[in-house]
Amino acid sequence: MSDLQSHSASTATSAAAGAAAGTTRGDERSPDRRSSGPGVPDGPGRGSSARARGRSLVKHLLLVAASLLMIYPLLWMIASSLRPTDVIFREPGLWVSDLYLENYAEGWYALSNPFGQYMLNSALVVTGAVVGNLVSCSLAAYAFARLQFRGRTMWFAIMLLTIMLPIHVIVVPQYILFNQLGWVNTFIPLVLPKFLATDAFFVFLMVQFIRGLPKELDEAARIDGCGHWKIFSRVIVPLMGPAIATTAVFTFLWTWSDFFTPLIYLTDPSMYTVPVALRSFLDATSGSNWGAMFAMSIVSLVPLFLAFLFGQKFLVRGIATTGGK
Amino acid sequence: MSAISELTSLRRDKSGSSPEDRRMRAKEAGRDNKAGYLFLLPWLVGLVVITIGPLLASLYLSFTDYSLIQAPTWTGLDNYARMLEDPRLHNSLRVTFTYVFVSVPIQLALALAIALLLDRGMRGLPLYRSVFYLPSMLGSSVAIAILWRQMFGTSGLVNQVLALVGVESTTGWISDPDTALWTIVLLHVWTFGSPMIIFLAGLRQIPRMYYEAASVDGAGRWRSFVQITLPLLSPIIFFNLVLQVIGAFQSFTQAFVVSNGTGGPSDSTLFYTLYLYQRGFTDFQMGYASAMAWLLVIIVGVLTALNFFLSRYWVFYDE
Repeated sequence: MSDLQSHSASTATSAAAGAAAGTTRGDERSPDRRSSGPGVPDGPGRGSSARARGRSLVKHLLLVAASLLMIYPLLWMIASSLRPTDVIFREPGLWVSDLYLENYAEGWYALSNPFGQYMLNSALVVTGAVVGNLVSCSLAAYAFARLQFRGRTMWFAIMLLTIMLPIHVIVVPQYILFNQLGWVNTFIPLVLPKFLATDAFFVFLMVQFIRGLPKELDEAARIDGCGHWKIFSRVIVPLMGPAIATTAVFTFLWTWSDFFTPLIYLTDPSMYTVPVALRSFLDATSGSNWGAMFAMSIVSLVPLFLAFLFGQKFLVRGIATTGGK
Repeated sequence: MSAISELTSLRRDKSGSSPEDRRMRAKEAGRDNKAGYLFLLPWLVGLVVITIGPLLASLYLSFTDYSLIQAPTWTGLDNYARMLEDPRLHNSLRVTFTYVFVSVPIQLALALAIALLLDRGMRGLPLYRSVFYLPSMLGSSVAIAILWRQMFGTSGLVNQVLALVGVESTTGWISDPDTALWTIVLLHVWTFGSPMIIFLAGLRQIPRMYYEAASVDGAGRWRSFVQITLPLLSPIIFFNLVLQVIGAFQSFTQAFVVSNGTGGPSDSTLFYTLYLYQRGFTDFQMGYASAMAWLLVIIVGVLTALNFFLSRYWVFYDE
């Protein structure tokens, strides 16, 4: 469960829950059902359509204004990453007259290792985490969703409870353990827990998904002589596309921006992942070089942003596949 | 839908079965014992080695003095006694509670309000949803915390914009102990997109005919909202509330980056988890940090239990 919490993941947790909700419950699949929505019953004819249009206009204006307010800081950070530092502190606007790309070049080499090294480190950790979560969580989910074994209810309840356990509670002894095993300054403490399904949230998400698959498929495979392993690998896993995609995307997003765990386990600068490296900008002599810092911040957000776009596509597909259930 | 309703229904299941039912189920339950535990093996190992083992170890350590160099020495309740008299600890509790109890309600209210605006099938919904959701995806990153540091600095974006509208401000929002915490509250509110998505999914589950019927009966929009939307959405509100409270208690990155690891100015952003980190991983007082960890378990546990208890009075389960 480590990174569920490690980066103050209230947001992340419910984000994925939202996605899960979306995946299993046919989110907004009704683009043409244009009601004016909850709490706004359609007016009974007579001139109300003009009023409804007016109301809709006001609503859109409000939403557009709110959207701009929400993303303005992000857009401004992109613009500022293309300006010299002294301009950053004078220019609240978005227009960039001439691109100051030096920030990117400077930022890339501002720390003890080129920024590419940190990107590579993060990529390794993220890959390990995604693979680990997919393998271990799907195995556990199959057991919980499909197998009848003694103690299942109890284990399931324990699994649900661990979703809510703060990582900070176990991090001290965990650190002592990994330290004694000589794993500090390796990626093992960041990746190994994923192979042990400690991100229980994804186990739960996959359980929900598998429960929604028709049981007849398992029965048919069983009659054909398939054992549990074959049912799992040949029948269930191929059908789990949306749940796998959701898990992969969220593991990617959370692990990429996880700060707490690498902060504790990685003290050798050549092992830093991107968030820890970014943070070390604040200590480095370049601490006042906001241009370079912004540039590398943008670089660090690009994979998140891509995963977000990519993930959205998968979410919609997940919604389409599972339908409104 | 949620882990939370799942837990509640587990409890309900148990109470409502006859003895024959139970015997049947017990027989049925043993069918896949071997396979079940084999599939569960990685998770079980993780549970023991990564979760429960450390949980118990931290309970033991909380009664010791341990700095990683020498073996832990048993000190009984010393750590807990010290916690009672640690002003920085008390301050960190105050900071964290303020943060949780201000930012979570505002964030949820905003999430619900926008979800209501973004109702079914309105034009541009996917775009709006993405824009509102994006900050949730990025909000816990160091990059955004760095942006916040600039925005709320003495000549940061916020003061620049204020100057544009004629308000000359020289406040360094993050360097003033009176305002620093509020910049982090704002950052949390900014990530209202994820509870919003959950609200949107919940709103879609409410049958439209309820609203139609209410409108036929002459109920206005406000009344429909209070008497249909709110009760039917209350399990979702509850779900969001529990998750966000638990999550907010664990906020770390933003406070760490905004204060550059100090929790300053004057400890005004010293979140509980940040203080725990300082004690454990800067001062290497592992015993004290473990005692703090257990206090955190108790606080989160009590708040969650309280949430569940209070939910009886306002959460409406349609059965």
